[in-house]
Amino acid sequence: MSEHHHKETFVTKYIFSQDHKMISKQFLVTGMFMGIIAVLMSMLFRLQLAWPDTSFTIVEAFLGSHQTNGIMDPDIYLALVTIHGTIMVFFVLTAGLSGTFSNLLIPLQIGARDMASGFLNMISYWLFFLSSVVMVISLFVEAGPAAAGWTIYPPLSALPQAIPGSGAGMTLWLVSMAIFIASSLIGALNYIVTVLNLRTKGMHMTRLPLTMWAFFITAIIGVVSFPVLLSAALLLLFDRSFGTSFFLSDIFISGEVLHYQGGSPVLFEHLFWFLGHPEVYIVLLPALGITSEVISTNSRKPIFGYRAMILSIMAIAFLSTIVWGHHMFISGMNPFLGSVFTFTTLLIAIPSAVKAFNYLTTLWKGNLQLNPAMLFSIGLVSTFVTGGLTGLVLGDSALDINIHDTYFVVAHFHLVMGVSAIFGMYAGVYHWFPKMYGRMMNKALGYWHFWITIICAYGVFWPMHFIGLAGLPRRYYTNTEFPMFDDLADINVVITIFALVGGVAQLIFIANFFISMYRGPKATQNPWKSNTLEWTTPVEHIHGNWPGKIPEVHRWAYDYSKRVDPDDDDSDFLHGEDFVLQTTPLLEGEEPS
Amino acid sequence: MLALFYIFIGVAIGVSFWQITRVMNLRSVIADDHDNDKQGKYFLAFTVFFYAMMIYCLLAMNVLMLPESASIEGEHDDNLFDITFWLIGIVQFIMQFLIFYFTYKYRGRKDRKAKFFADSHQLEIIWTIIPAAVLVVLIGYGLWQWNEVMDLSEEKDAVVVEVYSQQFRWDARYAGEDNTLGLGNVNYIDIDNLNTMGVDMSDPNAQDDKQVTELVLPKGRKVHFKFRSQDVLHSAYMPHFRAQMNCVPGMVTEFGFTPKYTTEEMRLNPEVMDKTNAINKIRKAKGEDPYEFDYLLLCNKICGQAHFNMQMKITVLEQDEYDKWLAARPTLAEVIKK
Repeated sequence: MSEHHHKETFVTKYIFSQDHKMISKQFLVTGMFMGIIAVLMSMLFRLQLAWPDTSFTIVEAFLGSHQTNGIMDPDIYLALVTIHGTIMVFFVLTAGLSGTFSNLLIPLQIGARDMASGFLNMISYWLFFLSSVVMVISLFVEAGPAAAGWTIYPPLSALPQAIPGSGAGMTLWLVSMAIFIASSLIGALNYIVTVLNLRTKGMHMTRLPLTMWAFFITAIIGVVSFPVLLSAALLLLFDRSFGTSFFLSDIFISGEVLHYQGGSPVLFEHLFWFLGHPEVYIVLLPALGITSEVISTNSRKPIFGYRAMILSIMAIAFLSTIVWGHHMFISGMNPFLGSVFTFTTLLIAIPSAVKAFNYLTTLWKGNLQLNPAMLFSIGLVSTFVTGGLTGLVLGDSALDINIHDTYFVVAHFHLVMGVSAIFGMYAGVYHWFPKMYGRMMNKALGYWHFWITIICAYGVFWPMHFIGLAGLPRRYYTNTEFPMFDDLADINVVITIFALVGGVAQLIFIANFFISMYRGPKATQNPWKSNTLEWTTPVEHIHGNWPGKIPEVHRWAYDYSKRVDPDDDDSDFLHGEDFVLQTTPLLEGEEPS
Repeated sequence: MLALFYIFIGVAIGVSFWQITRVMNLRSVIADDHDNDKQGKYFLAFTVFFYAMMIYCLLAMNVLMLPESASIEGEHDDNLFDITFWLIGIVQFIMQFLIFYFTYKYRGRKDRKAKFFADSHQLEIIWTIIPAAVLVVLIGYGLWQWNEVMDLSEEKDAVVVEVYSQQFRWDARYAGEDNTLGLGNVNYIDIDNLNTMGVDMSDPNAQDDKQVTELVLPKGRKVHFKFRSQDVLHSAYMPHFRAQMNCVPGMVTEFGFTPKYTTEEMRLNPEVMDKTNAINKIRKAKGEDPYEFDYLLLCNKICGQAHFNMQMKITVLEQDEYDKWLAARPTLAEVIKK
């Protein structure tokens, strides 16, 4: 492949590129663009929650006909939370995170010239782009975008009479998601095939870096669960447009009885969460994979318990497909099912705990290089633990009864999958920026970005647990209608201030990203002194990744600080330095780790 | 005022640009010993901030929490919650400390060598087995409680009440003398003749049913709720009773609990009084009427525009007062025009 050099035009190089490195950059920039929209939305609805009766020029400017005198309408509030959730979960944390780093790293870290199918890879990106365009267009339809929550439960999402957002906005939402799912499936199949078939000589499965394991398993979960959401979306489309009754039955609305008979909204909930829950891990596992790599490299230590990490990724992936019912304990499904799902759900705590303890042990007695990527990875471990622990409350059906759909849930999942995954994504960008753009990102701005972000993240989501425990339901436009929640008003103001500061602070990252792309100092080949294969490629991107032959692999990815005498921490490094590239052959008498 | 605000924003943007260009000129890009030292210490400082915040919230926000369970079934819920909360609290405090302390303690130095420590079977087994053992307790207690709450089969003496939801209001229907609800379906809705809940008036069981707009429950008797919805999903959330169930169009869902305190008794509960006083201080400052505690049923499933204001008052009375109240309500046969 690399032998023949194609003539590249601007279009084939930057737009319809089939090169995985370019495609990964396309995913990242598109994801960032969508992320900006979603963060802006969250800042708007946080304004509403903190100061419900105050007029804001910014609300007037952004929301057009959906506001009166600078105060947003209740319908658009629901639309904002809906689209914020949709964009964040799917467009930023699935496509933006997985799409970017799976594409960039899979060929580079396993030693392949490119993805198994460069063409399908390109299609995957352009479908994602198309779905992003459709989603953005949906923001501008007259009645507003989809507003039934990101979970789009029918009948609310099926009936335009029930909420204006369930008109054209909802149709576009469903079309966008259908295209998105196609993109995601094509991408995932490509990742799986590439990891299984294109590993270089010597790259056994048990020598893969943990990033590869995470991306590989993520792709498998995606292939198993995304099609189910596609079918749910299509059936809902049928109910909406062609009068079928998959999810609807016995409805009286706007003064008339509708014809729907025999469908069940609970069926939709099952189908939705069959993807919806694995989706949490589709978002989280790549972030954890990135963290494994970044923490190990920057601790100058092997990741602790490599095999246990692989097993726990597999265990999490398997369990993730049989726990969806914990979102439905009080949906009206048979309580016996609730018992089963409580059992499987709480089991996930075991592999998750193993991962957290292993990260901790990797830090222990390390020589920590506190680069921005490392800071975000440590932040991830912290938020993953904080958010994960409250999962023990929510996963227990008996306790879930009373905190289901309160702000406690919002705090829980934002920490465990939102903030954690975003931190993983940032860690990845700071770490692999030199590989993507051949330049380095600014360190000082990276530090500012991290510290403001983590303080704000905890400032937003820690107090939020308590307003949930006070019984405040989520998705309320305002809680001024309930005197019993009057004492929560101050906390909402504090949360909003943290959210606004945290949101604005992301501009530091954006500035750093784009300025470094053009002005950053030139990167060296292996700036972080890492072991993995991507750092053996030249800094300048070439088609086929390596000039000449693909390197051969002789060891696992984590031989950091390996000693001459394994039992003596004071002895010299075995290979003279505290890292050993995977391409370095074993010395005579060296035990493989 | 607004002009001042714009000037402030302008200055802030200007300063950020100036600072960012200044910082971008710094060419050092990889953390050196100086950075490691500084960032390590920042982590220590952050630990102090983080613990202060966690502890402050835990103490100061205690008064905001829901008071003790007002239903008998909810007692175990509170118990299980306390156990779980203490447990995860302790783990949280230990784990976070270790994460940040290790980051500080092992911050990189040129002369430091990391320990090559790749695996330990023993450690892995320890931290697989300990969480598993703890989970056995949590799962066991949780499942027992779940089955207790969800089992509605054995209550013969229960008060049967239907809670009926629509955008954006709640209604309720008592089963009457026969304690059996008449059949209901949206096809029977006849607003002009006041059959708003869609009750089949040809069903003999329906004649003595009583429709109300506020729930009144007797203290000490099991209440067996049946939930219906006529349009979209709603969720009947009664936080003080630790009770919640979705209302699903096309099916009847169920939940049950036994009220433990009357509304009057609950108003004298010290936790409730603390919370009420705190709220009234805020309301007084804003010049609003004082608030008096009441049990509430809230909608807790996104259901449309006025979702945020879909509520119904619940009053718990002693059995004899409840009987009197119910006797004074008209039956459906009296209300609905034929």
